[in-house]
Amino acid sequence: MIKALELKNINKKFNETVALDKIHLEINDGEFFSLLGPSGSGKTTCLKVIGGFEQPDSGNVSLFNENVTDIPPFKRNVNTVFQDYALFPHMNVEENVCYSLKIKKIPKIEQESQVEEILSTVKLTGYEKRKPSELSGGQRQRVALARSLINKPKILLLDEPLGALDLKLREQMQIELKNLQRQFQITFIYVTHDQQEALSMSDRIAIFNDGKIEQVDTPDNIYKNPKTAFVADFIGTTSLVSKQLAAKLFNYNSAFSIRPENIKINNEQDSKSEFNAKVVVTDIQFQGSYYKILCKANDLTLTTLHYVDKQKTFKINLGDSLELSWNKIDITNIND
Amino acid sequence: MTSALEDFSNYLYRNKHILLLLFLLPPLLWLGIIYLGSLIVFLFHSFFYLDGFTGKVVYKISLSTIIELFSSPANIDILIRTVVLASVVSLGAAIIGFPIAYYMAKYTTPKIKVFFYLAIMLPLWSSYLVRVYSWKLILAKEGIISWFLAKLHLTWLLEAILALPVIGGPSLSISYLGMFLVFTYIWLPFMILPIQASLERVPNSLINASYDLGATKRQTFYKVILPLALPGIAAGSIFTFSLTLGDYIIPYIIGTSKFFIGQAVYTHQGTAGNIPLAAAFSLVPIAVMAVYIYFAKKLGAFNAL
Repeated sequence: MIKALELKNINKKFNETVALDKIHLEINDGEFFSLLGPSGSGKTTCLKVIGGFEQPDSGNVSLFNENVTDIPPFKRNVNTVFQDYALFPHMNVEENVCYSLKIKKIPKIEQESQVEEILSTVKLTGYEKRKPSELSGGQRQRVALARSLINKPKILLLDEPLGALDLKLREQMQIELKNLQRQFQITFIYVTHDQQEALSMSDRIAIFNDGKIEQVDTPDNIYKNPKTAFVADFIGTTSLVSKQLAAKLFNYNSAFSIRPENIKINNEQDSKSEFNAKVVVTDIQFQGSYYKILCKANDLTLTTLHYVDKQKTFKINLGDSLELSWNKIDITNIND
Repeated sequence: MTSALEDFSNYLYRNKHILLLLFLLPPLLWLGIIYLGSLIVFLFHSFFYLDGFTGKVVYKISLSTIIELFSSPANIDILIRTVVLASVVSLGAAIIGFPIAYYMAKYTTPKIKVFFYLAIMLPLWSSYLVRVYSWKLILAKEGIISWFLAKLHLTWLLEAILALPVIGGPSLSISYLGMFLVFTYIWLPFMILPIQASLERVPNSLINASYDLGATKRQTFYKVILPLALPGIAAGSIFTFSLTLGDYIIPYIIGTSKFFIGQAVYTHQGTAGNIPLAAAFSLVPIAVMAVYIYFAKKLGAFNAL
């Protein structure tokens, strides 16, 4: 496996705030890799360090085993799709896309054919002469992609590229981005705070929190085996039970996380499970295909799901007492 | 009574254009009648002419004054001199002003920016005449510049510069070079502020995107930053250019005995009593500005607005 990117012990401070704290990261060639975390967790700073727009205080950045820590952005073989797209407002679509080819002094005829090809790839044929201000958000996004992809970069950095789009368009662009990545076979490094986006698109995800990486793994593993309470809580919905509470209530010697889909409501189907809890319903949220039910018993808070089909009527009410249970195999031990 | 007022207020709320008209009427009257009206009346005088024999203005439409303006080599000299000076001053102010504006827009913290605003605006708080006269003293033969250069044993350099044809003269305070310096200084705030405002609106991500696409700092400057700052430079140069075209005090205090448009207007409408010729002279800056803005627009100076 070829290493596309390697970050070694990257540290970065802004005044007194630590943005990146001893970051180690290896990304393979051709991977769709996401940097996921809440805002202010350091993921965008990390992307800027990779792109060369921020100089790390210490540590090394290597692209394809070549140390590029001190190399300015215009000499790195990576391209960035910026959060606000950063299209040049005084140039039309064609001139924007052609910008890097002009800089490289590629012959005019070749420029034209490459622009034509990339614009048809991102489905923008016919928009050549439009100014960015005359395009919709989704179209601007495509221009930004085309402008980067025309360089055939080895690595494409994407900084929350879908953040400004509405939900439907975002879902559509997620599919298109994934297709583009397969088609061009480029390494994508994708910054997002949207866990659903990261889970559905990525080969691997790095979870950022407070300038540190909490976990690097495949979406599947991150969801099923979160290593820390933060990861378990940040990815999907979960119920966290502290070590103290686990010992007191369940005679279990570790803090753990349990996903709502693994908690059964005993009133409707009887089964023997290792963990049982008597709780009171505190909130019911309708989610379309299911109800999300928040329950409480003293210090213990649990979230479970309740699926209903059309025939059955929903018979759980606020304040009802429920008996919940789950199996040991479904819980994930976490470090408290 | 109250209900009538309320009805009126409701009526205005529903008919916003009438409310707007009520608000705009006083300034429009002021601008239209007192300002533009008197200007047009004055400019219209350029179609009258002075009776050479009696020295009185003849109120008959004729092009003879305008023909007189452009047929006299002395007048043409005045026009060319003024337009060239105004262009050079605008260019100088842009070259000096751009780095200051760029620093203000891209590198300062909010506190330092306030300091810069103050430093740039502060000269405008003192009288224009005071500033011009202090420049006269600074540039004079016994002034601080000659004194300082003498201390550095560089008097020969000043003398060499003053010996240059056209821009030189007996001292800095009586030369085109001195006029250029004073004009550039006096109008500099009008150049810096619009450029700074236009640069402020260029997001840093655009500059980063340019680097990202392989452009060096120099290429980024010429292909991204400068085109986007052009509306600001154009706006600033419209100020410096038109202010220099019309000024008559600086040429009077600093300059040589050679006339500029402002002085020509001043003497013709004053001592000479030749209002038509003065009016014809004042047509020129307006025409020049119209041409200037037309070409600036054509060259795309306002495309990034």
